[in-house]
Amino acid sequence: MGEGGRPAEGLRAYRLIAGMWIRSTLAYRVSFALTVVGGLLVTGLDFVAILLMFSQVDVLGGYTLPEVAFLYGLSATSFGLADLSIGSAGRLGSRVRDGTLDTLLVRPAPVLAQVAADRFALRRVARLIQGTLVLGYAWVALDVDWTPVKAALVPVMLVCGGLIFAAVFVAGAAFQFVAQDASEVQAAFTYGGQTLLQYPPTVFGTELVRGVTFVLPLAFVNWVPAAYVLGRPYPLGLPEWVAFAPPLVAVACCAVAGAAWRAGLRTYRSTGS
Amino acid sequence: MSEGATVSESAFIEVDRVEKVFDVRRRTGFLRRELRRVRAVDAISFTVARGEMVGYIGPNGAGKSTTIKMLTGILTPSGGRLRVAGIDPSRERTRLAHRIGVVFGQRTTLWWDLPLIDSYRLMHRMYRIPDGRYRENLDRLVELLDLSALLDVPVRQLSLGQRMRGDIAAALLHDPEVLYLDEPTIGLDVVSKARVREFLRELNTERGTTVLLTTHDLQDIEQLCSRVMVIDHGRLVYDGALAGLHEAGESERTLVVDLERELPPVEVGEAARVVKVDGPRQWLAFPASESAAPLVARIAAEYPLVDLSVREPDIEAVIARMYQDRETARETVVPAPGNS
Repeated sequence: MGEGGRPAEGLRAYRLIAGMWIRSTLAYRVSFALTVVGGLLVTGLDFVAILLMFSQVDVLGGYTLPEVAFLYGLSATSFGLADLSIGSAGRLGSRVRDGTLDTLLVRPAPVLAQVAADRFALRRVARLIQGTLVLGYAWVALDVDWTPVKAALVPVMLVCGGLIFAAVFVAGAAFQFVAQDASEVQAAFTYGGQTLLQYPPTVFGTELVRGVTFVLPLAFVNWVPAAYVLGRPYPLGLPEWVAFAPPLVAVACCAVAGAAWRAGLRTYRSTGS
Repeated sequence: MSEGATVSESAFIEVDRVEKVFDVRRRTGFLRRELRRVRAVDAISFTVARGEMVGYIGPNGAGKSTTIKMLTGILTPSGGRLRVAGIDPSRERTRLAHRIGVVFGQRTTLWWDLPLIDSYRLMHRMYRIPDGRYRENLDRLVELLDLSALLDVPVRQLSLGQRMRGDIAAALLHDPEVLYLDEPTIGLDVVSKARVREFLRELNTERGTTVLLTTHDLQDIEQLCSRVMVIDHGRLVYDGALAGLHEAGESERTLVVDLERELPPVEVGEAARVVKVDGPRQWLAFPASESAAPLVARIAAEYPLVDLSVREPDIEAVIARMYQDRETARETVVPAPGNS
């Protein structure tokens, strides 16, 4: 039933709704600029915490400051991409609870696109900017021989990392069809995961690293591919080729999240609660 | 069933033995859950022709909103067959969306934090309304619903009546063939109610838009709908003209008389009974199907009458009596097999 047209329809609706919110945000330019500056300062504190640590130690879990900055920049930037584009979906639970999801279901556009673009918060670019700045610093400061493969791997990591985080956002939103108060649980995986990835895998226990690799494959956002770029041992002794697995992992995550979303929406439409 | 084909040609909305069953899980202990099946809509059948204006009433939790949600494609029916403009709503939700308009009295379809006009502009693009038609419709709706001063006001700052008018306009920008309204006058003041009703009447007569509305307000039905459907416990218990509903519900009108002084309850035999006395004022109930004239004449002849008024039965009372009758009918029927 016009399945081929649905992604295009979704993107179109997303663009329309997000565009409206961006126009409305930019109507108050000064206020918007101040919000972004404030956001930069707040998210910047994250990295200041890491700088403070390095004022006491030279290496963290065997990683130098530029190396940790590389991990941090990759994590923050890919998370920033996902948070900016689809983070609004995290509020799905409240829409289910107060029944306003129904108003989205009577419009001629896919619900996910409407939920993702709802109250599109341009101020979230703050995290994206901050992540990019740290990544830029790492790029300059790292003592790495940038072969073409390594250089090409960086944008691949950002895109795939963004997709993996986006999948976590969507799966979390899907879970809120069943448990409407689960937005905190979702935040633990999204914001929590992002913070986790800012530190080297070597500072965490094997069990946690294993979970983040095989269960919720956040390790493919930066830990695994970055190990290749930095010439570091792979977490859990994984073979070398997995450094190039992020695209596969990202596609798999999106497929699972998409299926979860459809199942969640189906549950809602059969129970209405 | 042989006439099914001819019915579907004239019917715009077809509902054939549609049901909706919910599994309600209730927490009864730390881990224990109780599973209960609730039949919110129980094998309902009806058809609505193009251009009809139908009132859909019933007490809270009777299944009104569930029916509307199935008709708009929000909910998937558990059984039965449902078609709106030949489309199965739950399967082709977005295709149907172009042909229907929906107004929820209690929640807005507008974008809460943005000026009203932004919502309309977005609808324009989202529904792919041709520019000329959009401008024409917007101008007409803004004029009829008196919205010109409100277009630049953020939706959250609108009063309930203003917001409702804004919502109705939003639901009609894309020229839907059918408009569903779920409690469109709830919480509105008298003036706003009158304005909304006036608008709906014009919409129906001049543009031929099919209208299906749920309401608690008898006046909505009286002033707008030639046909009313009553739902109770998920079942359709009445489908017909409003006048017939009064008969079916054996409803009563009330005659309020003001006498010269405090007197014992008025005696008029079988014609009416006194339901309340408060000083010189007395309330008499009499069947809605009877004329008030002989009753008034008789009281005027026998008592020192100063003033009087007649009150129409309210829908709640009529329906409540219908339900009572159904309950008693059920109770008297049940023991019968045991006796025979």
